[in-house]
Amino acid sequence: MPGDDGNAARIAQDARQALEICNACRYCDGYCAVFRALRSRRELSAADLSFLSNLCHNCRACYHACQYAPPHPFDVNIPKSLSLVRQRTYRDHAWPALPGGRVRHTGRFAMAVTLSMVAVLSVPALLWLPPEQVLGRHSGAGAFYRVLPWSLIAGLAGLTLLWSLLSVGFSVAAFWRSMGPVPPGAATGPALRDALWDIASLRNLGGGGVGCNDRDDRFSQARRRFHHALSYGFALCFAATAVATVYDHVLGWQAPYPVFSLPVLLGSLGGAGMMAGTAGLAWLKRHADPGPVAAELLGADLALLAQLFLIATSGFALLALRETAAMGPLLLIHLGVVLGFFATLPCGKFLHAPFRAAALLRWALERQEQRRKEPPSP
Amino acid sequence: MTNVLHECDVLVAGGGNAALCAAISARRSGAAVMMLDSAPRALRGGNARHSRNFRIAHDEPSPWIQGRYPAGDYWSDLQGVAGSAVDETLAHLLIGESAGILGWMIGNGVRFQSADDDALPYSRKTAFFLGGGKALVNALYATAEGLGVVVRHDSEVRAFHPADGLTAVTVLRDGRKETIRAGAVVVATGGFQADGDWLRDRWGEAADGFVIRGTPHATGRPLKALLESGADPVGASGLCHMVAVDGRSPGFDGGIVTRLDGVAYGIVVDRNGRRFADEGEHVGPTRFSVWGDRVARCPGAVAFSIFDTAIERGFRPSIFPAVRAASIGGLAAELGMLPAVLESTVAAFNAAVRAGGHTEGILPAKTRLAAPVAVPPFGAYPMRAGVTSTCLGVRVDCKARVLRSDGQPLGGIFAAGVIMAPNILGHGYLAGSAMTIGSVFGRIAGREAAAHARR
Ligand SMILES: Cc1cc2nc3c(=O)[nH]c(=O)nc-3n(C[C@H](O)[C@H](O)[C@H](O)COP(=O)(O)OP(=O)(O)OC[C@H]3O[C@@H](n4cnc5c(N)ncnc54)[C@H](O)[C@@H]3O)c2cc1C
Ligand code: SF4
Ligand code: SF4
Repeated sequence: MPGDDGNAARIAQDARQALEICNACRYCDGYCAVFRALRSRRELSAADLSFLSNLCHNCRACYHACQYAPPHPFDVNIPKSLSLVRQRTYRDHAWPALPGGRVRHTGRFAMAVTLSMVAVLSVPALLWLPPEQVLGRHSGAGAFYRVLPWSLIAGLAGLTLLWSLLSVGFSVAAFWRSMGPVPPGAATGPALRDALWDIASLRNLGGGGVGCNDRDDRFSQARRRFHHALSYGFALCFAATAVATVYDHVLGWQAPYPVFSLPVLLGSLGGAGMMAGTAGLAWLKRHADPGPVAAELLGADLALLAQLFLIATSGFALLALRETAAMGPLLLIHLGVVLGFFATLPCGKFLHAPFRAAALLRWALERQEQRRKEPPSP
Repeated sequence: MTNVLHECDVLVAGGGNAALCAAISARRSGAAVMMLDSAPRALRGGNARHSRNFRIAHDEPSPWIQGRYPAGDYWSDLQGVAGSAVDETLAHLLIGESAGILGWMIGNGVRFQSADDDALPYSRKTAFFLGGGKALVNALYATAEGLGVVVRHDSEVRAFHPADGLTAVTVLRDGRKETIRAGAVVVATGGFQADGDWLRDRWGEAADGFVIRGTPHATGRPLKALLESGADPVGASGLCHMVAVDGRSPGFDGGIVTRLDGVAYGIVVDRNGRRFADEGEHVGPTRFSVWGDRVARCPGAVAFSIFDTAIERGFRPSIFPAVRAASIGGLAAELGMLPAVLESTVAAFNAAVRAGGHTEGILPAKTRLAAPVAVPPFGAYPMRAGVTSTCLGVRVDCKARVLRSDGQPLGGIFAAGVIMAPNILGHGYLAGSAMTIGSVFGRIAGREAAAHARR
């Protein structure tokens, strides 16, 4: 159970033992940054585990390549061990901490909150607002605001943004500290550039150039591509919202915007990416070899994918049906799902993005420091 | 006991690198191929699963290998380990073909680590498999199965009945005997190190103390069957390639990580608490095998590496925790030795250490890295001989045909890999050459077996 304390020590100990075997073996050096970072560490502290577990992108290459994977008595299963440690880092550093830090099924919790958000918006609206406001047809500029007042939508959006910034910011700061002091003397500029490239390209899902083991011992780029679709799709949707905000506040053009406007084009492209990405990733999860997977963490993964899928589909439905009477209820659902997503950021799984980014930055700093100490031979 | 009958053009016995290369090569030559491995699927890949790199002759750097390693250097390295036992013709064939084998492996799905990867040690002689031997094995199985090779796990080849037409092969599968008739047979079943009785026959009780570093399925039954059918033996049945491993390693498949790295730094004593060799004599890569052989010849085939807290900082620790004690006497008790003996061994050693890191006035001397064992707590690792493979094989010719003592081929039977490696290596060992022998002669054996089956 990813939640209670007796296990924390065992999870850390299992990971440490496995990584010590890797340190003696090193056959997987070519796959990803984890094994390179491991090389300079003789004994693995809690800070090292925190760092290495988030540096792992769970590509499973090192599981299928491992001569010590089960049924071997050494039982080395790096992706699974590091997944479990990584999940602890989300739990330990999430801000605000989930109630008492004891929410066990964070996936179910996130879905419950999301559905509640939808209900919290729609039930009162349906009960107390005049039916023609919620269920009538609205068109032209400001149509959305005739369902819910602009101030309510903008207020909710502002609060959400503030909440997310605080939550992710404090969580990442706590996680950053948990990885231990930054190596002194590292060149920050080049490190930032390296880390950004690693993040943008998901280089560590490349298995040293051959892709990773999404499903079994064969290599593929599917997971990397779906993940790109999802994260760049997410970024485009974010950009769509930002452009819309400028249109609205600065230029005074009120939503909804025509199909061939920038916010709608960005949002549609992004939404399509998110739908393809989430569906593809969920499909891969269902069809993957269970060997390297920590089954107890699947719920949280799938919940995040479900949230993102719902955001994209409800957004599309809203676009398609905005001229009809369904617009009102769809707007409420879309808003509810978006709020639910942002409200549950500290639930963990979303934190993989900023935490991995932080781990990659730290790794880039370590590399810069290594290069400074031993410049490459001519 | 039923007798099921199957037929194929080429039957490949074995499931490691040599067998895979033979099966792929035979299939690419147009033969219907069946491959039989006694291991279950989870343990497929034989010892090749544990390997890391192979040795390739090349005249200029490539994306996969640095510097240059001309054929002449390869040849003198081979001569250095094999001496007069080396079959010159086969050795030159190996070296010549090694240059092209890397590209062939890549063409069959194997990935190599980029040569300029700073995670790699500099090596002008070897190319490294990306992800190690198991990744190589996975790739070769995917290719073989994709090409239509019929792969059967849990199928032990027991006997050959060579004949002018088809060779009948007896196979034990799920407790039932089957007969498979094949136009040609490639035997790539490795050594016999996993057969405890056979080892005991050669090594006496010491064999009970050995650890087998690789697959438990290398029992050598096909090797025995070939020798009984009149194949000419090469190599030495009483010798093994071994390295010193932590005595607590699993009985099989401990692989690369159980090697003891730091033996040269402290002192080594036998189970009676006495030193017996110059620990500083070998500090390079040869140290592993030198100590394997030394430990195998100790009483009970066991020894102990002893160090103190200062010495310990100099080497990579074992994956097993050190046995520790606050005093040498205490350590001896933990290790089941007489405290007085170990105490006097250590005292005599410490008194003999001179500045500059050697000893004076004791036997055996320690010629390098000598430092007093003085800073508590003290530590120890039990050492055992870890067997990589045995050194007995069958004679083959340039077509990988198995030869009888009269020099004539044993009709339709070919061999590749460790089972014929002693033709080239004698009982010596050259790091990285075993996988190359498997790939090169596997490829040749598969091609020639396919041609033989088509006759
Ligand atoms: C820890 C370790 C590290 C190594 N590292 C390297 C390295 O870096 N480079 C290198 O060149 N070499 C290395 N070697 C040696 C290398 O593994 C061998 O050279 C190579 O695997 C030999 O291949 P093979 O196919 O001849 O035999 P094996 O790999 O031993 O395969 C024998 C196969 O035959 C099967 N078999 C046995 N009996 C039967 C039967 N009766 N019927 C059917 N099937 C049977 C077994 O299941 C097995 O699959 C290493 C070995 C070990 C143990
Ligand atoms: S995962 Fe397995 S093969 Fe890879 S480095 Fe670790 S122990 Fe070695
Ligand atoms: S990123 Fe892939 S290869 Fe690296 S540790 Fe994680 S699962 Fe293993």
